[in-house]
Amino acid sequence: MNVSEAVLTAENLKVELGGTPVLQVPSFRLNDKEVVTVVGPNGSGKTTLLLTLACLLRPFSGGISYRGELLDSRDAVFRFRRKISMVFQDPLLFDTTVYNNVAAGLRIRGLSKNELKERVPKYLKMFGIEHLAKRSARKLSGGESQRTSLARALVIEPEILFLDEPFSALDPPTRHALIHDLARVLQETGTTTLMVTHVEFEAMKLSGRIVVMNGGSIIQTGSPSAVMDNPVDVFVAKLVGMEAVLNGKVLESSNGSLVISIYGKQVCALGQGKPEEEVNCCIRPENISVDTRNVSGEDRNVFAGRITHVYSMGPFLKLNLDCGFPLISLVTRDAFAKLGLAEKMDIYASFRPASVHVLKRNI
Amino acid sequence: MLSKKLPLMTAALLIALALSFSSQAIRAQENKSIILATTTSTQDSGLLDVLIPAFEKDSGYVVKTISVGSGQALKMGEKGEADVLLAHSPDAEKKLVEQGFTINRRLVMHNDFVIVGPANDPARIKGVKAAKEALKKIADAGALFFSRGDNSGTHVLETRLWKTAEVNVEGQKWYRQTGLGMGQTLNVSAEKKGYTITDRGTYLSLKKILGLDILVEGDSSLLNVYHVMEVNPAKWPKVNAAGGKAFADFVVSQKGQDIIKTFGIDKFGSALFFPDTGRKDMEMF
Amino acid sequence: MDLILEGLLKAFHLIISLDREVLEITWLSLKVSGTATLISIVIGVSLGMIIALSTFPGKKLLIAVINTGMGLPPVVVGLFVTVFLWRNGPFGFLNLLYSPSAMIIAQVVIATPIVMGLSVAALQSLPPMLRLQILALGATRWQMVWLLSREARVPFMAAVMAGFGGVISEIGASIMVGGNIKGYSRVLTTATVMETGRGNFDMAFALSIILLLLVFVVNYLFTLLQQRERPR
Repeated sequence: MNVSEAVLTAENLKVELGGTPVLQVPSFRLNDKEVVTVVGPNGSGKTTLLLTLACLLRPFSGGISYRGELLDSRDAVFRFRRKISMVFQDPLLFDTTVYNNVAAGLRIRGLSKNELKERVPKYLKMFGIEHLAKRSARKLSGGESQRTSLARALVIEPEILFLDEPFSALDPPTRHALIHDLARVLQETGTTTLMVTHVEFEAMKLSGRIVVMNGGSIIQTGSPSAVMDNPVDVFVAKLVGMEAVLNGKVLESSNGSLVISIYGKQVCALGQGKPEEEVNCCIRPENISVDTRNVSGEDRNVFAGRITHVYSMGPFLKLNLDCGFPLISLVTRDAFAKLGLAEKMDIYASFRPASVHVLKRNI
Repeated sequence: MLSKKLPLMTAALLIALALSFSSQAIRAQENKSIILATTTSTQDSGLLDVLIPAFEKDSGYVVKTISVGSGQALKMGEKGEADVLLAHSPDAEKKLVEQGFTINRRLVMHNDFVIVGPANDPARIKGVKAAKEALKKIADAGALFFSRGDNSGTHVLETRLWKTAEVNVEGQKWYRQTGLGMGQTLNVSAEKKGYTITDRGTYLSLKKILGLDILVEGDSSLLNVYHVMEVNPAKWPKVNAAGGKAFADFVVSQKGQDIIKTFGIDKFGSALFFPDTGRKDMEMF
Repeated sequence: MDLILEGLLKAFHLIISLDREVLEITWLSLKVSGTATLISIVIGVSLGMIIALSTFPGKKLLIAVINTGMGLPPVVVGLFVTVFLWRNGPFGFLNLLYSPSAMIIAQVVIATPIVMGLSVAALQSLPPMLRLQILALGATRWQMVWLLSREARVPFMAAVMAGFGGVISEIGASIMVGGNIKGYSRVLTTATVMETGRGNFDMAFALSIILLLLVFVVNYLFTLLQQRERPR
């Protein structure tokens, strides 16, 4: 149990839009210095959760408390808002210079020109935009704009930083550079952060805790490895990249080992289960190896099959396999070439029992 | 920086308002201000620009001259929205007196109308003595004639003349109605080389650029008679009865009549109006 | 054609010689329409912002009404204001009819819907999340209003210019509620109509040219303000 202080807590949050509930979260907690990422598909309620917790979206029912103080009066909310800041998917810069943009939050708080001169350059440098200080916001690239927005949010040294899909509008190389810089800044400043995103690998890079949402509710919350390796259901499994999901039935179960029947074939996996139980087996494409040789006997599940389709995924190739049941494998181009693989080729697909994540199927 | 501009702007606004209202306050001290309703042609003659300042200086009153169409001026009297009327539509004026809306109707002055037209005079009316005869000739010739058509004093007189000439102008192709003021109607007639009836004053002030000649004048039926009347305070208690009376008294006083007598001489060589106070009522119609 | 030339010459002459009456008329035009525009800005911009930034039932209907108000015929406004202000009307006791104040009132009624409608449009043209971003930066309600206004300054200035343009050039209401009284409620537009009615076309042209010059100078200054580039 995490014993660090809770910065933000919420109870019984409910938000309705036009009569339909879009958010239902019985409890939520954000701890000091934590970086939490909320993931989920579009319409899962993650932005609603973010905006509600930042006290920007009303009305809602339920209670939000900041360091134990219930935020139920206009006064309390306003004081809370002065302690936080937010970055949106659209940088939403003001029509002025980069310097003035970054200084905006400080000016709002009434800091003097000299105080601005001390702080603003430091944060411009932190995000690598000090050379753009006098540039008009209209003349920035996507990455530069978002860096400005981030600098603007962090220069006020907020207690909590909220981010709503800050990288979604950027192209991959820009995105990666910015994630890298933001991670560094967050670590240096130790800012408590709540970020919403729908690209899960970013989440891994930045956060200490992941919250998965769908349909307005929280489905799973835990550390990145916990969520990535132990999704609670097929939805989360697919979200975290376990693309191959197979229906099966437990045949045998002993000492943490399982034998599962999938489409008439037998698969060895690790886990708990009872015979006759209906299960879902989830496997990451990275964990499925493909070879022209039969590598059976090496404590792996091996199945003969055929490559039905090859997809390019940048430096990787995704292979759709048909082994009597569908499998998906991810290999490097290098490996693909070295093994002399090609579409429509007969191959052997294999994966270790430990790679199989077994989930009970609710019928 | 951020919210400082707003109070500044509001202050500027209040100052501006105060400024604009202060001059208003001076003029609108209730019992010192009179509303005079009169016609555009009276105003356009320029007589009031001399008469009124003289009155204001003597009496200390401030006169708001509202010059509108004849119909509107008399209506203002009927509704109690003016204190004194100066008009030249005898029939309509008499109605107001009968209905008790105005009191003390007094003869002030007259000027005359003339029939003007193109120099080549297609209807051959030059020198004709009786106005109604001239109009009959215009109708017979089917010559272009422009009427103001706006129920002004001028228009009312013109309509009466057509009646006595026993000419029905309804729908006649040569009879055009401009719906405009006297000056503009004259300009239109000059452009289109048509005939029209105008008061001598307006004609004289535009003569140089018009190119129209006076063809018929002097007939008593062409007289334009001005009366002043005060709006009846018994019907409309809010009128400035004292002020209205003061103004009316002034225009029929010796001083007022002198101003009327001499107006226009230096500009046009002859007077535009003829003072009539004391004369028996000169209306011929 | 030579009428226009005569008018130009006369206008030039009147300006150079600083003709007293023309100066008086011009100054009154500026004062009346300027005050009216100022008042309509205060009412129009503030109400426009409130309407644009709030949600309430019937909002679309209200905006439609305001947009219709932008096309209010000035002469109709003049008629209504006259009936309210004349002696026997509800506000007759104020003794305002036939005065510059009455003209200001009528012009405020004409300009306010213009400024309001365009202000609503100006704010609605901003990115919808900008308001939240500003609040998330810790702004008070007033600070948010100020920052949003600054972001929409180009369309706001256009609203101001439209409001001013609508009243400096209007004649119907001004003549009805002002009375075109010499030295008191006579402005450039009413004087022009009067001179035209008298047939003094050269004078009418001269006054028109002076009016156009006045409007141009004012709008030039506004436009400079509007198009002011932020430092590169």
